[in-house]
Amino acid sequence: MLRRLSTTLYQRPRLVLALLLGPPMLYMLVVYLGSLAALLVNSFYRLDGFTGQIVRQFTLATYADLLKPANLDIIARTTGMAAAVTAADALIAFPLAYFMAKFASPRLKTVLYLGVMLPLWSSYLVRVYAWKLILAKEGILSWFINLLHLNAPLDWLLGLPGIGGSSLALSPIGVFIVFCYIWLPYMILPIQTALERVPRSFEEASSDLGARPSETFRRVTLPLALPGVVAGSIFTFSLTLGDFIVPLSLGNSKFFIGQAVYSHQGTSGNVPLAAAFTMGPVVIMVIYLLVARKLGAFDAL
Amino acid sequence: MSDHSAVIFERVSRHFGEVKAVDEVDLEIKGGEFFSLLGPSGSGKTTCLRLIAGFDRPTFGRILLYRQDVSTLPPYERDVNTVFQDYALFPHMTVGENIAYGLMVRKAPKEQRQRRVDEMLDLVQLSGMAGRKPSQLSGGQRQRVALARALINNPKVLLLDEPLGALDLKLRQQMQVELKAIQKRVGITFVFVTHDQEEALTMSDRIAVFNKGKIEQVGSPAEIYEHPATAFVAGFVGVSNLVGGDLAKRMTGSESRFSIRPEKIHLQKPDEDTVPGQIVADGIVRDVIYLGLYTRYLVELTGGGDLVVVEQNLETTSMDVLAARGQRVRVAWAKEHMRQIGG
Repeated sequence: MLRRLSTTLYQRPRLVLALLLGPPMLYMLVVYLGSLAALLVNSFYRLDGFTGQIVRQFTLATYADLLKPANLDIIARTTGMAAAVTAADALIAFPLAYFMAKFASPRLKTVLYLGVMLPLWSSYLVRVYAWKLILAKEGILSWFINLLHLNAPLDWLLGLPGIGGSSLALSPIGVFIVFCYIWLPYMILPIQTALERVPRSFEEASSDLGARPSETFRRVTLPLALPGVVAGSIFTFSLTLGDFIVPLSLGNSKFFIGQAVYSHQGTSGNVPLAAAFTMGPVVIMVIYLLVARKLGAFDAL
Repeated sequence: MSDHSAVIFERVSRHFGEVKAVDEVDLEIKGGEFFSLLGPSGSGKTTCLRLIAGFDRPTFGRILLYRQDVSTLPPYERDVNTVFQDYALFPHMTVGENIAYGLMVRKAPKEQRQRRVDEMLDLVQLSGMAGRKPSQLSGGQRQRVALARALINNPKVLLLDEPLGALDLKLRQQMQVELKAIQKRVGITFVFVTHDQEEALTMSDRIAVFNKGKIEQVGSPAEIYEHPATAFVAGFVGVSNLVGGDLAKRMTGSESRFSIRPEKIHLQKPDEDTVPGQIVADGIVRDVIYLGLYTRYLVELTGGGDLVVVEQNLETTSMDVLAARGQRVRVAWAKEHMRQIGG
């Protein structure tokens, strides 16, 4: 009986494929894309201001709401933060990923892997609150800065309009630092994977043909690692775009997209506007990926 | 040391921890010659190539390129180029961009780059392929692109790290001839790493045979084959019968070890007359391997010991040679074909 079954399956590879892929595809379609579709549909409804009821008719009114200066301000702030965090994480992650991929012994690589992954094992909320304490006015970081007599530069930094605040914890700088920390593993791992797939002989060939290390990096290593950088930046960028815990716990209480979505679908019950806000990151990511493809980020895949 | 020396190793060692990958090697490669580093894997030949290229530095000793000490120079300041075993073609560049790479990083003007790329494509018979990506090429074509890329800077020495290893037999033999022709044409010193003794014998002007980080022998293909200096060379280059001890004493009257090539030994009928001065021994054919062009016999000698004998199938058929199994035979060879082997 079992034998008959295995023979039947062996002779019908397509059936096996269908059986294997069917359930996850169904899940993807219904739960994953379904919820996205629901979002899209909802964003074209509107909230009736008088009754507090959602009017289920096609309208662009909600998007008109979204484009009000206050809301555009939120989108711009969030996108700017996401871009800054992505750039900073890429800069921090690349050297470490390069070291892990090219120089670390297998043993050291395991240790570094664990080190990168370890923060992901503990609750994200706990880590955010820990950073809140670290960055507080009487926190360990200001104590350390005080020890180094670097108060003046810190005060100057906190005095900058737009990104400053009364302390690191209560300024956009603090939000930036915590975002960078929280999403860093998601940048390191894809870059490391991409670099592992670049054989050492490529860099040797470049050097052999007369390129200095900086040129080898620019013309060979970086272009070949770019898919990894793009993959990592998709994580850091989209995770920052959607997060509401970090700007809620730290910063100067100016809204990010995540907070706007949270408050609109919660307290004010304006689900259509929340949905419209959510479409923002989706559109931004699509544009980002198109630009990345245009720049040849996926050519080396 | 002559002025023509392209590469000189002066007591060069490269240690990896406890392992002596290259152990006090002295070597001189002349300008314009096709020089092969031959040896089994792990014998140090590839490490020597990497030392010349500059990917690795000697633990002790000096390396001279045209009388200049380059021991500590980085690869990008050495006038040598390399054809890698895996070709190492940049996958995100076209064939033309790959070949032009060496000129581009040297900031050569665009017209010159274009002209040289065309010349190089011509040299390796890939004209019109400049726009392709390496992934669209066959193994043999990639090999040619790698060669063109390495030659475009007109290096003083071209290093080739088992470049034909990934090709099938027919293509490999064709590329052997072609490589040799290209080397003649461009007149550049080629240093060729291989573990394939036939390849080394086919292409080289001179060969260095490596074993365990040391050079066993340096010489022309004929010298290496006909006058192996050590038991290792005799066994590694071609097939050799190594005879020593009692057996040698019975045959030659002396216990000192000698080697004899299988093709130099004749099989005779046991009662056949022997030519005076020849070494003879009696035995039984234990095994026969018919290989088309020739046949390999394993002869077990009376009183112990085996000899491998190879005879061409000039007038014999497979039926004839296979019938020899189990037959009593006499083996004979002329004294001048024996080589005394030290060690």
